[in-house]
Amino acid sequence: MSLQVSDLKVYYRTLAGDVKALDGATFSIADKEIMGLAGESGCGKSTLGNSLIRLDGRMRYVGGSVNLDGNELPVWDNQGMNEFRFRDVSVIPQYAMSAMNPTRKIGTMTAELLESRGEKYREIKPELLRRIDLVGLDRDVLGRYPIELSGGMKQRMVMVISTLLDPSLLIADEITSALDVSTQRAVAETLVSFRDHGFVKSMIVITHDVSILYQTADTILIMYAGKLAEKAPTKTIIEGAMHPYTKMLISSLPEVGVRYANKKLSGIPGSPPSLLRPPVGCRFRARCPLAFDKCVEEPPFVKVARDHMAACWKVTGSDA
Amino acid sequence: MLSLNRVSKYYKVGTFGGKELAAVRDVSFDVDAGEVVSLIGESGSGKTTIGKMVLKLIDISRGSITCDGQDVTGLHGGAVKSYYRHVQGVFQDPFSSYNPIFKADRVLTMIRSEYFSDMARSEWNDKVDAALRAVTLDPGQVLNKYPHQLSGGQLQRLLVARALLLDLKILVADEIISMLDASTRIDVLNLLAELKGRGMGILFITHDLSLGNYISEKTVILRHGVIAEMGATDKVFGNPTHPYTKALISSVPQLHKKWADVDAEILARGGADTGTCLFHQAYPPTAPVTGKGAVKQDSSDLPPTLVKVEDDHYVGCFDLGAATCQVA
Ligand SMILES: Nc1ncnc2c1ncn2[C@@H]1O[C@H](COP(=O)(O)OP(=O)(O)OP(=O)(O)O)[C@@H](O)[C@H]1O
Ligand SMILES: Nc1ncnc2c1ncn2[C@@H]1O[C@H](COP(=O)(O)OP(=O)(O)O)[C@@H](O)[C@H]1O
Ligand code: SF4
Ligand SMILES: [Mg+2]
Ligand SMILES: [Mg+2]
Repeated sequence: MSLQVSDLKVYYRTLAGDVKALDGATFSIADKEIMGLAGESGCGKSTLGNSLIRLDGRMRYVGGSVNLDGNELPVWDNQGMNEFRFRDVSVIPQYAMSAMNPTRKIGTMTAELLESRGEKYREIKPELLRRIDLVGLDRDVLGRYPIELSGGMKQRMVMVISTLLDPSLLIADEITSALDVSTQRAVAETLVSFRDHGFVKSMIVITHDVSILYQTADTILIMYAGKLAEKAPTKTIIEGAMHPYTKMLISSLPEVGVRYANKKLSGIPGSPPSLLRPPVGCRFRARCPLAFDKCVEEPPFVKVARDHMAACWKVTGSDA
Repeated sequence: MLSLNRVSKYYKVGTFGGKELAAVRDVSFDVDAGEVVSLIGESGSGKTTIGKMVLKLIDISRGSITCDGQDVTGLHGGAVKSYYRHVQGVFQDPFSSYNPIFKADRVLTMIRSEYFSDMARSEWNDKVDAALRAVTLDPGQVLNKYPHQLSGGQLQRLLVARALLLDLKILVADEIISMLDASTRIDVLNLLAELKGRGMGILFITHDLSLGNYISEKTVILRHGVIAEMGATDKVFGNPTHPYTKALISSVPQLHKKWADVDAEILARGGADTGTCLFHQAYPPTAPVTGKGAVKQDSSDLPPTLVKVEDDHYVGCFDLGAATCQVA
């Protein structure tokens, strides 16, 4: 087992109170597993991803544990996490492309990052060049500024840099959503090849594009309003989801060939609840067509079939 | 209503601006009232440049854009303000539209001070409420928040809501969907469809072919600033004629078919070889895997001509029907 997260809770401090953006997540990721993470905007995907590597000043660790390859990660301790970042866990943040320092050449930036981790740029450079070749970039990107690279080039460069020290876990947050279809494909396939080459052991790929996950992920985890809703192998989520939310999410995807004039797709009626004062019981209750009296209690996230977890009373039976 | 007539845009690049990069070349199409036109192309193909010219954010190098018969280049002063009352844009990266030191809803209050300063507060609040609900935002969750307290999708929808406050005739929506989740995407798309039902014309810029196909009546496929194929959406997608359009359609990630299987099918049909196509030679694929930047065309060489393949369906080709021609 590569990653084991148990009852992890991370809230945002605000003047109005705590925003319960990640409210008790328990799941694991196996060696070599690429896990997709999907769910509506604001459901806590980035919060989950960021919690595994860096809590910013506004985030508050409330409870739970994270174990990576048998080591407890001190996620509540910003200092203590330093020795794991980049070396064991690495992240490609949402909007990484716009966050690259515009005044530094790519090579300089990489060198600084490595030195800050106590590594020698000179020693790692041959491997860096090999990987730049591998993702199909020109070696001279090292001498260029971020602004000179296209979105897809930047994205692949960020991937190379963040996995240089062969971390065990890579978290990629929406790294394909701003790219056009052909670049998207190249970047997604690069992700998979990094796993295949052993540059990273396992991966969390956060995206709104479930069709990209169908192409790349082994399993998919669906979140709703700060909680986990369902996790299963990719094919099962796409073709045999059990949680009502997952089913509605999947059926709202426009497939190639569907047209508004012929078949009007519908989103999920209503919007997710406020995470400041989330409702008790199942958080999907107000929008769920199957809700019944038991749903005022919180459904546990439990095994419902082989390799298949879900949190729904309709699926587990109300006496589970 | 909105009409582009042989529009070109050359950017000055290189030291001292000594070189010209042809970002858009000889592009003509119309966006009528109650119509969605999707402008599809890869990164760097000139989509945003076209949107910016329509929004008067950059100059037009050659050709003209007219709105209701009026040339937009000639608008100055007060005429520009009333142009923006009817023509607005929403852009891809929601963060760049916000100033982190102000509350996010300042983008709405600015519209009030600019255009509705004499409207009663309660009336204004109702208007804002309706606009937010139209984009499925809960006013309580997004008003009075700083940008960093909202997710990317929430910020993006706030910008669409902002555009809805005005009495729009034309909306330029530049990649507004990519930051949204599937369910919100459909809500926003259906909202755009509703707006077109009420007579708005929408220039829907996207790299996502299935979204363009879902919503638009007309499709323009752009490649390195020139039109590769254009026409009624069902014709362009139902009977893609240009080898480039076909290649693009095959890269779309599908939900029940893997890329490798799509490749295998193409190979089984004899391959996607664009072989002798002159268009492909003049505008070679950017080859994302090799990471070379967009090819720089200069303003001296001529774009291909648009040839009619059937009613409402045109293709950019140098010599349709010649032995070298791959259009089929
Ligand atoms: N600094 C903050 N202060 C208060 N609330 C916050 C803060 N950052 C995020 N939130 C809230 O926490 C929730 C989860 O946010 P998060 O960024 O994890 O969503 P996400 O699932 O990644 O969304 P998207 O798909 O739009 O990127 C949202 O309701 C958001 O508004
Ligand atoms: N301000 C600018 N100066 C010089 N070149 C630019 C500028 N803006 C865009 N370009 C170039 O023009 C071309 C088209 O860009 P753009 O319209 O942004 O494409 P798209 O929106 O389709 O990705 C690209 O080659 C891009 O690098
Ligand atoms: S627990 Fe109840 S409300 Fe929640 S998803 Fe299942 S049936 Fe619906
Ligand atoms: Mg996010
Ligand atoms: Mg653009």
